[in-house]
Amino acid sequence: MPDLGNYAFAVLAAWGATLVLMGFLLALTLVQARRARYALALAEERIAARVQPKAAEGA
Amino acid sequence: MSIWEFANPRNFMRISGRMLPWFAALAVLTLATGLIWGFFFTPDDYKQGATVKILFIHVPAAMMAINAWIMMLVTSLIWVIRRHHVSALAARAAAPAGLTFTLIALVTGALWGQPMWNTWWEWDPRLTSFLILCLFYLGYIALWSAIEDPEAAADLTGILCIVGSVFAVLSRYAVKFWNQGLHQDSTILKVGEEDPLDVAYYVPLVISIVGFVFFFIVIVLLRTRMLIRARRLIALEARERVG
Amino acid sequence: MIALLLRDLTLAFRAGGGFGLGLAFFLLVAVLVPLGVGPESGILAIIAPGILWVGALLASLLSLDRIFALDHEDGSLDLLATAPLPLEGVVAIKALAHWLVTGLALTLVAPLLAVLLNLPAAGYPWLLLSLAVGTPALSVIGAFGATLTIGLRRGGLLLSLLVLPLYVPTLVFGAEVARRGAAGMALATPLALLAAITAGSLALLPFAAAAAIRVNLR
Repeated sequence: MPDLGNYAFAVLAAWGATLVLMGFLLALTLVQARRARYALALAEERIAARVQPKAAEGA
Repeated sequence: MSIWEFANPRNFMRISGRMLPWFAALAVLTLATGLIWGFFFTPDDYKQGATVKILFIHVPAAMMAINAWIMMLVTSLIWVIRRHHVSALAARAAAPAGLTFTLIALVTGALWGQPMWNTWWEWDPRLTSFLILCLFYLGYIALWSAIEDPEAAADLTGILCIVGSVFAVLSRYAVKFWNQGLHQDSTILKVGEEDPLDVAYYVPLVISIVGFVFFFIVIVLLRTRMLIRARRLIALEARERVG
Repeated sequence: MIALLLRDLTLAFRAGGGFGLGLAFFLLVAVLVPLGVGPESGILAIIAPGILWVGALLASLLSLDRIFALDHEDGSLDLLATAPLPLEGVVAIKALAHWLVTGLALTLVAPLLAVLLNLPAAGYPWLLLSLAVGTPALSVIGAFGATLTIGLRRGGLLLSLLVLPLYVPTLVFGAEVARRGAAGMALATPLALLAAITAGSLALLPFAAAAAIRVNLR
C-alpha cells in the first residue's frame, strides 16, 4: 500500500467510486445478459415443444 | 470480412461469441496491469502529491466517455443510412457504458479538484461540457426505453444522436466561450493533462487507457448480444401469438 | 402554408391553447426569483439577463408538446403528411406558429419584467435583440424535440430531458449578449454566434424533424 499522505481520502474515494461504477455496469450487463439468454431459451423450448407434437400427429 | 456480414444477427452472435473471451481476457490483463501499476508503483508528483494517482482512472474514463459517443454516432449513421440492425443495437448498447464513464470522469474530477483547486465543482469549460454530455446520454437512453416499437426507437434515437452530436460540439464551444467571458482574468490551474508527462506516468496511463478500451468493447459486445436476444424473443413471441 | 399558420395560431389563441400560459409562467419566474434571492437591487441587476433568458427558455419549453401531439391524436398530422405541402415545410410553419405565440410574445413582455428585476438601462435594447434573435432557435429545436416524442402518451417530461441539452448553446450565447449589453461591453461575437445558431437550426432541423415525423407515421 503506497503512502498517500494528505490526499488519501481523495485518491481512495476516486478509485473506489470508479471501481464501484464499473463493477455496477459489468454486473448489470451480466445479469441482463443472463436474463435475456434464459428468457430466449425458455421461449425457444416452448415453441419446439409445441411444434413437435404437431409434427408427430402429421406422421 | 466486412461489417455487412455482421448485419446478419446470427453471424454476429457466432463471431462475437467466439471473440468475447479473448477481449475479456485482454481487458482483465490490461486493466489489471495499468491500474495496479498506476496505483502502487508510480511516484508522487512534486506538485500534486498522491492525487496524481487519480490520473490513471480520470483520463481514460474521460476519453472513453467521448469515444463512446463518437462510436454511437458512427453506428447510428450506419443504421440510418444502410439499415444495419446490429449497428443500431450496438449504439444502444454503448450508451450505458458511455454514461458510466462520464459519471466516473465527473466524480473523480470532483474528488481531484477538491484538494487541488479547493473546490468540488468549478464551472470550468471541461467540467461543464461533461455535465452536458451526461445529460445527452440520459436523454438518449430515456428515449430508447420510452418507445415500444423497436424499429421506430432505433430510427428516432439515431436521429437524436446525430442532431445531438452537432449540438454537443456547439455546446462545447459555447461553454468555452461563456467561461472565458466570466473569468477573464482568473486562470484555473490545469492539472496534469497538458503538462509534458513523465515516462513514469505515461506508460501505465497508456496501458490503462487500452484497458478501458477493452473494457468498453466487452461491455458493448455483451450488451449487444443481450439486445439481439431480447429482440429475437419479441419476434418469437409475436410469431407465437400469430401461429 | 398560410392557412396552416392561421389554423395553428387560431388554435393557440382559443381556450386551452396555452398562449397565455407561457406568458404567465414567464411572469411568475420573474416574480419568484427576487422572492427567492432577496430584494437587493444590485444582485438582481447582475442576474437579471440570465433569469430572463432562463425564464423565456422554460416558458417556450412549456408548450412544446402541444406542437405535434394534439395533431397526432386527432389524425390531422396524417392529413398534413399526405398533403402536397412538404413535411419540412409543415415543421417550419408549426415552429413559426409556436414562435409567434411564445417567443415573440416573450420578447415583447421581457422589458416589462426586466423593470421588476432592475436591469440596467443600457441592457434593454440588447435584451430585446438577443431574445428576438435567439427565441426562433428555441422554437425550431423544440419542434424537432417534439417530433421525437410524438408517439408517446406521456412524452412531456422526456421531451424536456431531450430538448434542454440542445438548448445549451442558444442559452449561453443569448444570455451572454444580454449580460454584456447590460454591462456595456462589446457583444458582436456572441450576437453573431447566436444568429448563426438560429440560422443553422432554421435551415437544417426541419429536415431532421420531418424525418422523425415520417418514422412516427410509418
